[in-house]
Amino acid sequence: MINQLSWKVGGQQGEGIESTGEIFAIALNRLGYYLYGYRHFSSRIKGGHTNNKIRVSTTEVRSISDDLDILVAFDQETIDVNYKELPSTGVILADSKFTPKKPEDTEASMFAVPFTEIATGLGTSLMKNMVAIGATSAVLDLDIHVFEEVVREIFGKKGDQVVAKNMDAIKAGFDYMKEKLEVGLQTMQLEKADGKKRMFMIGNDAIALGALAAGCRFMAAYPITPASDIMEYLIKKLPALGGTVIQTEDEIAACTMTIGASYGGVRAITASSGPGLSLKMEAIGLAGITETPLVIVDTQRGGPSTGLPTKQEQSDLMAMIYGTHGEIPKIVIAPSTVQEAFYDTAEAFNLAEEYQCPVIVLSDLQLSLGKQTVEPLDFSKVEIRRGKLVTEELPEIENKGYFKRYEVTEDGVSPRTIPGMKNGIHHVTGVEHAETGKPSESATNRIAQMDKRFRKVENIRFDTPVYKNAPHEDADILIVGFNSTRGVIEEAMGRLKNDGLKVNHAQIRLIHPFPTDEVLPLVRSAKKVIVVENNATGQLANIMKMNVGYAEKITKYVKYDGNPFLPHEVHTKCKELF
Amino acid sequence: MATFKDFRNDVKPNWCPGCGDFSVQAAMQRAAANVGLQPENLAVISGIGCSGRISGYINAYGFHGIHGRSLPIAQGVKMANRDLTVIASGGDGDGYAIGMGHTIHAIRRNINVTYVVMDNQIYGLTKGQTSPRSAVGFKTKSTPMGSIEQSISPMEMALTVGATFVAQSFSTDLKDLTALIEAGINHNGFALINVFSPCVTYNKVNTYDWFKENLTKLSDIEGYDASNREMAMQTLMKHNGLVTGLIYQNTERQSYQDLITGFSEAPLSEADLNLDQAHFDKLVAEFM
Repeated sequence: MINQLSWKVGGQQGEGIESTGEIFAIALNRLGYYLYGYRHFSSRIKGGHTNNKIRVSTTEVRSISDDLDILVAFDQETIDVNYKELPSTGVILADSKFTPKKPEDTEASMFAVPFTEIATGLGTSLMKNMVAIGATSAVLDLDIHVFEEVVREIFGKKGDQVVAKNMDAIKAGFDYMKEKLEVGLQTMQLEKADGKKRMFMIGNDAIALGALAAGCRFMAAYPITPASDIMEYLIKKLPALGGTVIQTEDEIAACTMTIGASYGGVRAITASSGPGLSLKMEAIGLAGITETPLVIVDTQRGGPSTGLPTKQEQSDLMAMIYGTHGEIPKIVIAPSTVQEAFYDTAEAFNLAEEYQCPVIVLSDLQLSLGKQTVEPLDFSKVEIRRGKLVTEELPEIENKGYFKRYEVTEDGVSPRTIPGMKNGIHHVTGVEHAETGKPSESATNRIAQMDKRFRKVENIRFDTPVYKNAPHEDADILIVGFNSTRGVIEEAMGRLKNDGLKVNHAQIRLIHPFPTDEVLPLVRSAKKVIVVENNATGQLANIMKMNVGYAEKITKYVKYDGNPFLPHEVHTKCKELF
Repeated sequence: MATFKDFRNDVKPNWCPGCGDFSVQAAMQRAAANVGLQPENLAVISGIGCSGRISGYINAYGFHGIHGRSLPIAQGVKMANRDLTVIASGGDGDGYAIGMGHTIHAIRRNINVTYVVMDNQIYGLTKGQTSPRSAVGFKTKSTPMGSIEQSISPMEMALTVGATFVAQSFSTDLKDLTALIEAGINHNGFALINVFSPCVTYNKVNTYDWFKENLTKLSDIEGYDASNREMAMQTLMKHNGLVTGLIYQNTERQSYQDLITGFSEAPLSEADLNLDQAHFDKLVAEFM
């Protein structure tokens, strides 16, 4: 009996690889297993190698695994690209159609299974994916009835006959493989899961759900990988709440329309990835100087320019902190789990209104697209706080004076009226302005307004700015990361502990303003600090050096080949430091 | 009832004496009063340039944004609060150069916003460079040998991308201009009003006298029918775009907001932000 395993299905893009993985995963998720998925795909509709790797476990997992137990291959490329992940106990289930060749330097076993042939015999070669699921189930000794519900949900619309045919395909694959297994191969029997129902979702789902929970009723966005899911989810769900999504003509319109909507008083969001964020920069500055609440999601991918559009990277950090010309207050938060993506997105709306500034919810491709099992979300934890939004009736202003929308206050935050409010009229401009919003170039006013704006973010109230697992007062090593690296660091940490090292872990959730007070003691007390990040220059390491010092202690561990870190990589790198 | 004086504030415009934009501002204020608005129910969203300052000169909610982006901001405001009257405004550089993409898409989207372009065929605030409205041969600081690019015909362009309200005016025709802005506000959809608003400092060609000589009022053309798109296009082509009045209006097509599935009748800005637990649970269950 095993308590976890890794399964991967690969083939040409457009062959149904994704849906094969999806059906397999949903069924296992419903049995109560914890899953963590990773999709390898290209920026094209059809063709090109794609694979879907799914880790299955009886306990929570938040990282892809180092190796692979079962590889389902629909072409030779899948074998050639992925076989090195297979240990000697690994199994390749390959479609006999392409006459698979097993590489010489592997001890894994390979079975040529007539996926296509069986499927064609049952009516259509399209069902080869189902045959593969059946064959996998035989290896895992799963009861294939678990797939029935999922198959019905997916193919039900096409009629009972299609459902039955697909189930027949699963059964045929199962029976074929079962027979083979009787003549030798060991099954990899999975321990039973707890049977609890949990959500199975991607980070982008959680971001979109967080927006809905926070009262967001409008989105303006432009399609881009890996952010489009957020827009696609909200356009499905907002009509029931009276809201809508506009797919704009470009990223600049997406950002400025969101600013307009937010100025107009609705909770609004825009989401994009690096190239889109580059285009939004001028508008972010506008929101900054006009103190308009603005929530933007940046799902990072490989940059610069078009870069690696479907690959993992965390290289927008500096751009998100400093991006836009001139200087504005800004908040950058970086959830590191799907659950946090939900809570943090919801909270971003509060922060944007409380501090009246742009709030960037930073994600990365692996967090945004890696489908995983998620523990229940506590909706009661979502609050709606609108800061100094004026809700009461305002006194009349004499002589057509304007409302002091940019009143210089102690905490820097000024009362905010929205269009339609009587006696709340003021001017809004990206030109430096005085308290009523009217343009002013006076030096004293400039200083007063700049200082006021920056005063707002001096003491950001953000729950858990750093996720800490720091049991040691005198750690040998402090591992630091942000966004999706949390799981991989946790796994490496467990292994380092077995090596006898004292390890602390900090995952930075509030990237800007940097939570120096939280991080400093951890850095100070550790012998060595390693910052794990998916970029080339060590952006978070540099931000830490800037804010907490101890430059000599801080080592960056970077990876920028487009792939997420693997647990053994982080483990090995940390060990090398000693 | 508010009068046009209620739409005045205490800011003195920084436009040059004689600038056409003064009359556009006056027409906007009059139109707002004539359609029965209160100042707090009007939002004027403007771009960057001399004309972009207009949102700061009207007693209403004013938003002076970034260059070329008045339209997406204005559409966002209207989406947030469909009860507001939203006027977007800016110059020909703002709307037909840096913001042209937004102009075209705002026209075809047809959100209920009135867009008033102050067209002076030149970049004034940056002290005299060519604009997409400058004629071939027009000499400016950036085209010392004369412009060699074709001038844009915004009215014809608007007709081809599906405009439902296209009008043109001349800043000195205060009465006509006011009436057109009123009609634009009352139009259920996007209204584009191009206003010839001479730059007395940098454009010595397209002057008040030049316009007086070259413009034809559509009301003087016998049998002109503003509901006839083909006639509108032919008339524009015949007069090289130099006509004033309501060029085209389609009252049949619904506005964007009327066509959105499930869109709230009440302003989104007044929506109850709280999701009920049952609704949330239903959303969560879809992921199980």
